[in-house]
Amino acid sequence: MNKIEAKNVDVYYGAKQALFDINMDIEANKVTALIGPSGCGKSTFLRCLNRMNDVIDICKVSGVVKINDYDINQKDTDVVRLREKVGMIFQKPNPFPKTIYENISYGPEIHGVAQSKSEMDNIVEESLRKAALWEEVKDRIHEPGTGLSGGQQQRLCIARTISIKPEVILMDEPCSALDPIATAQIEELIDELRKEHTIIIVTHSMSQAARVSQNTGFFHLGKLIEVGSTDKIFKNPTQQQTQDYITGRFG
Amino acid sequence: MNSVIFLTIVLLALSSYFFGRKKAILIQSNKRLTALPKFYGYYLAIWCGAPAFLLYALWSIFEPSIVRFFILSDYSSQGLLEGELNLFYEKVKSLSRNQYSGELTAELQRSAEKYLNFRDIAKWSKVVIVLSLLIASTGYAYTKISNNTKTREPVEIFLKGVFFLSSLAAILTTIGIIFSLLFQTIEFFQVIPLFDFVFGMHWYPAKAFVRDASEALDPSMYSDTFGAVPIFAGTFFIALIAMCVAIPIGLLSGIYMAEYASKRLRQYAKPVIEILAGIPTVVYGFFAALTVGPFLKDLGLSLGLEVSAESALAAGGVMGIMIIPFISSLSDDVITSVPQNLRDGSYAMGATKSETIKRVIIPAALPGIVGSILLGVSRAIGETMIVVMASGLAANLTLNPLESTSTITAQIVVILIGDQQFGDPKTQAAFALGLSLFIVTLVLNIVALSVVKKYREKYE
Repeated sequence: MNKIEAKNVDVYYGAKQALFDINMDIEANKVTALIGPSGCGKSTFLRCLNRMNDVIDICKVSGVVKINDYDINQKDTDVVRLREKVGMIFQKPNPFPKTIYENISYGPEIHGVAQSKSEMDNIVEESLRKAALWEEVKDRIHEPGTGLSGGQQQRLCIARTISIKPEVILMDEPCSALDPIATAQIEELIDELRKEHTIIIVTHSMSQAARVSQNTGFFHLGKLIEVGSTDKIFKNPTQQQTQDYITGRFG
Repeated sequence: MNSVIFLTIVLLALSSYFFGRKKAILIQSNKRLTALPKFYGYYLAIWCGAPAFLLYALWSIFEPSIVRFFILSDYSSQGLLEGELNLFYEKVKSLSRNQYSGELTAELQRSAEKYLNFRDIAKWSKVVIVLSLLIASTGYAYTKISNNTKTREPVEIFLKGVFFLSSLAAILTTIGIIFSLLFQTIEFFQVIPLFDFVFGMHWYPAKAFVRDASEALDPSMYSDTFGAVPIFAGTFFIALIAMCVAIPIGLLSGIYMAEYASKRLRQYAKPVIEILAGIPTVVYGFFAALTVGPFLKDLGLSLGLEVSAESALAAGGVMGIMIIPFISSLSDDVITSVPQNLRDGSYAMGATKSETIKRVIIPAALPGIVGSILLGVSRAIGETMIVVMASGLAANLTLNPLESTSTITAQIVVILIGDQQFGDPKTQAAFALGLSLFIVTLVLNIVALSVVKKYREKYE
């Protein structure tokens, strides 16, 4: 079954159209990579999936985005509930200027998930374990999250996101600010997370897309050129543009 | 005469700029220059203006005392006191201006003529010497100009010197003010024990008027006169009332401007709030005294409360309004500079706008907000006019906001209005108060700046 179905999605920034008639289905419990040259609209499409484009005043989205068969672009969609179900990891690690513990407990607290202190402690530990960060920080979870290294900060953000058990996790170039070792750790983590979550990852590293994803969509100039299994896209694309991009002839 | 010399120096320096540049351009036609022609112009202008101006300034500073020395040297053998000599010299000067109306003596007449004579000599020799120095230095520099004269370096050094002197002037003024406060304060504390000042419960400087000027100082009569506790308490009390008004309104409006207001609204509303900062405090003062004070009194009457027409509440409340723009504008800036990705992170967790503001943005901006509040407090403590006009001048020791009370600044005004006598404890009390105020605001400013600095380090 498809977790997410996007139909006829157009996005405008003011008068400029950023996405043209995007139709894309995303499978549950798989990693879908969105690739394409800079400015092709892949991040914009990602932000349509949890309505983060609402934050930008001049941005207008039209079309249908169905998650679990429910159109999230309806007027009366509860954005708070939506974002509880669809978490997001950003390009630059953005831990809050709070302790590691408070960074994780933030989500459960605002959504009223934990009933007691011990339950919260469990959520924090479990989230940190799932993000493969627990062993590194267990002795200093009451120190500021901003004091961690870049890769640790990004895993902290992942732990923060999974603390409220979202069904979908959106990742906007999560490794672009990280060194190769931290990148490898995050990629390993992504594969682990896909058991419980549906993951959509924007990346401009084609090798990363090939390593972590099962499905891939190729964007160019605001259009979805081709989508299919990662194997097929990388080995046997149907479109010439995809072929050119994959082989490094542009982008 | 002085202004004529000054203008002449300036004009000659300006025109020598053109001569210097012209000569450089002429040289340029067959040789390569080491700097742009304008530097040769600056070079000549500096050589023309700077030495002459320096001499002119020094001459003007020392001329009066040299003339005085020559006039009074005739009388130095008579064993007159310093005060008598001063008086005599003042008489000579006013006679020379034909403004003397006292008894004329032959000595006075003779000295006045001599004085006029000396002034004339000094004046003309100043003109001649300054102008000849100007010509000499300009000529020297003009002949020195050739294709490989170093002109850029001297010009840069000169400019560096100008900048240095400007900052030196600012620093020396500060140090001078501190020392003048300090010396008078030390004298004050030689009469009034420090302990009585800091812990005394009665502030009643008018009592010091009673003393007959010819009587010797008797410290015992000042006991219970200069106890600063009531006015320190009043100062902090009024500042507290002001901050109770300014912090909530300022902070909340700052948050609204930074987070909620649309660009258009912000564009118009922010300058309007900042206008509050531009209103002279004397206007706030009469607003407090003539509008807010009577209003509170009437309101109190209808509620059966006794409210003084000049109450701490009126002064503090209006002072709070005055401080709103400082807190609002600074906290707006601080909140705006919280990185957008923290907001995104919070929204992506499903947090609402108010949750994001309360739990992420305010904590992130807190050091900056605290800094802005501390700056607001030091404004409140230093504010004078509103208190003088709206809160009365009686230094009551009270915690009732409906009564009148007084502050350090207002008491300084009270002490120094009207007749003042230097060397009198009453006048010196103003210096002691000024120094205490200076120390309090200095500490607050240092704390505020270090807090703000800490905040900057966190995100840059």
